[in-house]
Parts: sequence; structure tokens; C-alpha cells
Amino acid sequence: MRYVEAFRSPEAVRQLAEAIRATVTRPWSIMEVCGGQTHAILRFGLDQLLPSGLDLLHGPGCPVCVTPAATLDQALAIAAQPEVVFCTFADMLPVPTAGGSLAEAKAGGADIRAVYSPLEAVRVAAEEPHRQVVFFAVGFETTAPANALALHLANGQGLENFSLLVAQVLVPPALEALLAAPDHRIDAFLAAGHVCTVMGLEAYAPIATSRHVPIVATGFEPVDILSGILAAVRQLETGQAYVENGYARAVAAAGNPAARALIDEVFEPVDREWRGMGCLPASGLGLRPAYRRFDAAARFGVSSASGAEDARCIAGRVLQGLARPGDCPAFGTDCTPRHPLGVTMVSSEGACSAYYQYRQSEGAEG
Amino acid sequence: MCLAVPGQLIGIWGADLERCGLVDFGSVRREVSLAFVPDAAVGDFVIVHVGVAIARLDQAAAERALDELAAAGVVE
Amino acid sequence: MTHGPDSAPGDGSGGSEGAVQMAHGGGGRMMQDLIHGVIRPAFPNQQLEHNHDGAFFTPQGAELAFTSDGHVVQPLFFPGGDIGSLAINGAINDLAMCGAEPGQISVSLIIEEGFSIADLRRIAASMGSAAAAMGACIVTGDTKVVERGKGDGIFVSTSAVGPVRSASRPVPAAVRPGDSILLSGDIGRHGVAIMAARAGLTFGSPLLSDCAPLWPTVRALIERGIELHCLRDLTRGGLAAGLIEVAETVLLAVEVENAAIPVSEPVRSACELFGLDAIHVANEGRFIAFVPSDQEAEALALMRRFGDARWIGRVGEEQSGAVVLQSPYGTRRRLRLPNGEQMPRIC
Repeated sequence: MRYVEAFRSPEAVRQLAEAIRATVTRPWSIMEVCGGQTHAILRFGLDQLLPSGLDLLHGPGCPVCVTPAATLDQALAIAAQPEVVFCTFADMLPVPTAGGSLAEAKAGGADIRAVYSPLEAVRVAAEEPHRQVVFFAVGFETTAPANALALHLANGQGLENFSLLVAQVLVPPALEALLAAPDHRIDAFLAAGHVCTVMGLEAYAPIATSRHVPIVATGFEPVDILSGILAAVRQLETGQAYVENGYARAVAAAGNPAARALIDEVFEPVDREWRGMGCLPASGLGLRPAYRRFDAAARFGVSSASGAEDARCIAGRVLQGLARPGDCPAFGTDCTPRHPLGVTMVSSEGACSAYYQYRQSEGAEG
Repeated sequence: MCLAVPGQLIGIWGADLERCGLVDFGSVRREVSLAFVPDAAVGDFVIVHVGVAIARLDQAAAERALDELAAAGVVE
Repeated sequence: MTHGPDSAPGDGSGGSEGAVQMAHGGGGRMMQDLIHGVIRPAFPNQQLEHNHDGAFFTPQGAELAFTSDGHVVQPLFFPGGDIGSLAINGAINDLAMCGAEPGQISVSLIIEEGFSIADLRRIAASMGSAAAAMGACIVTGDTKVVERGKGDGIFVSTSAVGPVRSASRPVPAAVRPGDSILLSGDIGRHGVAIMAARAGLTFGSPLLSDCAPLWPTVRALIERGIELHCLRDLTRGGLAAGLIEVAETVLLAVEVENAAIPVSEPVRSACELFGLDAIHVANEGRFIAFVPSDQEAEALALMRRFGDARWIGRVGEEQSGAVVLQSPYGTRRRLRLPNGEQMPRIC
């Protein structure tokens, strides 16, 4: 694929790795925010190319991972209703909660369907007018335009049998919260490239300035990730801290105005619970009054009671970059993808799962 | 998160928020919503996430980035 | 699912021949008509003429290989094949992986009430062609009908037996440190071809499943005297499952060069789009061979007459059973089986 293969060039990767090595004079810790970036780093072994002392921390950029257990419980309760067709991204199916997973509920007879796009769920609502079609709207800002569009189209088509279980989250408040933790080790951020594609860069400038932390909008291919790291260490080594666009082919400073406009029409910022990080103010999206009748939680009367977590699970600390998967006594023993204790082991790019899948030795990696 | 993939627009239909297109991802094609890329024309590259184009790929910026690497501008 | 009386829980193409009814499974005249009029004409042979519960044959002094397989694919008719060709090639390929020539095959059909008889005829014809192409014989079988809603159109199970022609049994235990690993062709076609329809993908030029018989390639290797330490056909779980299963059985390390694995452009693109790794995607009609390194060049040249075969890796000394992938960047990662089947992801 054009514009993918070119950014995987081994020669460019080699040169970037050399440049990073030549630039670094001190230990640094850089957090990549996006789970997709974590996945790429581990799949291609990019961290093995970095000089020792340059640590990559894996952040909470996995909407699957940060969706609280309580929201999963709401999803299960809704999916159990016989009139409901529950549509979800496949990523959410295996996520464990005390009440089981959506995959288990599906095996038990619930009409749960994996879709590639929220627009498919709208089509199902049109094709099955006698069923209640619910779409599990998880995601960061990247997915918000699609979720907003789905609801806008459903509204326009008069599909009153459609609803959204909203679990949208926003990245900048999470970065603030991470930097507010007294024991954080974050020197710089690689911002999630496609989140920036939608929202632009302006929300990050106050963070970079007030916390004196470089923030580089970074893509997902090996060349992109190493370029982002190089830009971050160059800032760090020269004592600078500003927002840099390291993914210019996909990110404009103002983001995508059409997408932002529709997000703003359908959603408004709300406080939201993040698994492992507690409730962060204005860190999520909820439906505006004009669209509130499409809120599945309200329609089905499922309250968000607190979901139970396994006490051994340190997913919260892993998500914040305060611990590594290998630090967990249960990693690779009690907790594996086949019997996960928490969500970072189940999600395809949760840090624990990625370490388990790609590392050579189980549990030994720091 | 945010698995999004670039592809080339080869056909367009519909209007406004219902505007859609056929995108070629390299011998594989899929219908994609163009609601958020009103200026995208046939031949442009778009970046697609969950069946929705979230941006036009800036080809000039992409070529610049690749040129910079090729010119070993990477090593100071 | 509800269907009309002549409708088909097959591919919907229906047909003027009507649909399978419960009575077709009843052991009476209708069942005889179905077997003799629709199924058996697709693969006539002397064995079937016995019209008996079983088939007779005298093995020719060689060790026999015996395999079994079940097929539940949806859709039943896909680009490049159907459940019939899949089932027979599957049986032939399992025998080939034992170094055995295609011999006698038995077929069990479990058909859902309402299935289109015209589609049944097509499937039988596919089975007949696939068997005839490899000189195999469908010598016995069984037919049952289940009530509407109790079967996914049609299930096909096979058992097959054939004489082993390789000098020794090609099994994981025969794999040795230093062995070369050869892959018979590009990966992931079957899985992507199956997924394409469900995922709304179309292709620039049609992507066909790689469903195909492997015996011709294996026979060529045997006739040349290549030592076949192990053969493994790649099906569900993809190349990854094949490598991991052999490595874990023989408990030796396996190293694979990711860049050496051929992946066609449509498969590559489809995998990018859904966040899948082609190494885990299903194949039909591809296999890996573990051969001594001093026969690697010869074996590869032979295999390349039948497809885009490549060297992809080697067996190491370490008794770890671990499969490690080398990236084009000089980095390494452990290859593990995913928990269930790979699903598309948004992240």
C-alpha cells in the first residue's frame, strides 16, 4: 500500500535509530499515548532499537482498556434484553468483567454482533425496525466523528429503534491527570496521531507549556514512531517543550473542521470514569439534549453501579505507565490472554497482552 | 487506538453527510463515508477509520517527509 | 431463519429441482433417489456400484495413512471453490501431509431441510472433480437430513486413506536442528476471500481462495528423494499455527524471517484495513515442509514449479519449542497463537 510501505523502510528506520542514539545523552522516559502505537512498537520490536536509558512508557490510549467495568456491565445488561441487537467493535467482545464478557454472553444466546463501523449498526436498525439496535460507542476522538455521524444519520432517517451506549473518552484530560500524579516519570508524550487528525493540536499547547513536557503528534508506522521519538529527544536534550507535528501527512493544526463540527452538534464534554484512573472531569463525551433520547443507558434504565475488579489486577498502574506488565506477580501465570484478570491482558493492544504476545520470554521483560 | 489506513478515492456519490466513495487500499476496495472530507476528489488519498474518512492525506507533506529521510537529513 | 419451500439455505441461487425435505433422509425411495440421482452421478466408480454399506480394497503392501476432516464453511460457495472442493481437497491434503497418495475417501453429508437440490448437485460435482483430478475415489458415504434450523445448510465430513509413498513418516518428531523451512506459496488468501463478502470488500481483480490439492507438489518431492522430515498444511490459524504446532511438538526453536513470507497485495491490504496479521489468517492449499538444509535448494526449486514457494526460516538447536520472528529491522519477537480467532480491531 502506498504511503504505508514507504514508512516502513528498513533503511530509514536504521538511520532514525542511529540519529536517536547520537542525540541522547541522558536517560529519558517517553510515553506513547496510543494503544495502536504500543502494538506497532512491540510488533516491530522498535524499543529494541533504542539506546538503553531511553524508556518507552505505554499509556492509556486504548479505549477498550479504559472503558470501566461498570460500563461493560451496562453493556451486558442491555445485550441480555431479548428485543436488543447489540452491535459492537470486535475489540470489546473478549473483555472480562465480573459478569462475564460479551463473547460469553453471545455464546449464551444474546444477539451480539461485531461490526466494523457504527454505520453498519444504523443499517441494521433500518433493516430490523422491530428490534432495538444498540451500538456500543467506545473510542477516543478518532472514533467520535463516526459515532456522531451514525447518530445524525439515524436521527435523519427516523430510526427511533437505534441508540448508543456512549463510552467516548478524550485524550487531553488524561494527559493532565497523568502529569498530575506525583510519582509520574513522563518526560515527553508521543500524542496519538489519528486523535490529532480529528481534533488538531491546540488542546496540547497549554499542557506542553504549563508542565514543560514536549508533545509530538506521531503516526503509527515504524518510521513515524522513530521520527516522533527523535523529535521528542531533540526537544528534551535542548530543554524545550512545545507541541510538534510529527505526522504532517495526516494532521493539520486545526484538525478536521467538519468532524469537529458534527462531534460538537451531537456530543458535549462530560465527566467520565477511566478504568484504573478514576473519574476525570470533562474527559468524556455525552449526548447533547437534542440527541438524549438515543442514549441507551437511559432508554434501558441501566444504572452505572460500580463494577468489580480483580484485586490482583494492576491494569490501572500499567495504563498510567507507573508499572510494567512484568512487574505484576500475576503476569503470565494467573493472568494470561486465555484467562485474563483485567483488560490490559485482553485488549489487542493492551500493554500486558502486547508484551505477552510479542516478547520472547514470559514475565521476564521489565 | 485509531487504526486508520490510507487509500485512494476512485468513485464518489451522494452529498453532504451522506456523501460516500469507493476507496482502493491496494487491490482491495471498500465503500467509505466521505462526510468529513467534503473537498476530497477522485484520485485523492484519504485516511479511513471504521469506514469513515477522517482526513485527506497530505501527499505533499508525505513526500516531504520521505525526501527528508532520503536526504539523510535525519542525521545531524 | 425462514425459507420458502423451494428456497435454499445454500447460496440463494435455488433451482428448479426443489429443496431437500426431511423425507429425503428417511431411508425410503426419496433418499435412494437423492443418492442415486443427485449425489453419486458426480463421481461414478466401481466401488460405489457394489451398492453396499462399505467399500472393499486390498492395500498394496505400503503403510497406510488415514485422516478425518469436517467442513462447516460459510459461505458454502466462495470465490475459488465451494464446500465440496474444500472437503475433498482437505482430505487429499491431509493424506499428502502424511506423504501419502490420495486413495479412498468416504463422505458424510448432513443436509438441512430446505437445502436446494441444485446446489447439492453443484457440490457433488465439485467433490467429483476434485477427487478425479487427483485420482482419488469417493468409495462410500452417508447422507442424513436434519430439520430446518438445525444445520447450517450442509455439513461435509470426510475420512480418507492412502498408501504412504514417502521414505519415512513426515511427522514433527522427525524435525532436526538445522532443518530448513519451506513455504509453498503466498499466505492468507482463503481467510481474506471468506471475510471479504462479510466485510463488504471488493477487489481490483478477483481474489480467489487458494483451495487446491497439495499432492502433486509432495509427490514431486518424494520422487526426487527429498527427505521430508515434516509436512504441515496451513488451515485455520494460518502459518502461525502450523509453525507453532510443529515447534511445540518437537520442542525445538524455530526462527522465521518475516520479510521472506510472501503475502499478495490484496491480502496485505485487507489485513491492514482490519488490523489483522496475515500470519494468522486461514489458508487452504498451502503447506510448510521441514527438510535437511543440504536439500533446501533442490526442494525449493521443485516446489517453485507449483507455486511461489519460498524459504522462510530454519530450525534451531535450542529445545524451547518457541517460534521467533525476525523483523526487517533486525529485531525479534515471539510468535504466539492468538486466544481465539483473530478479529478485526479499531485500535
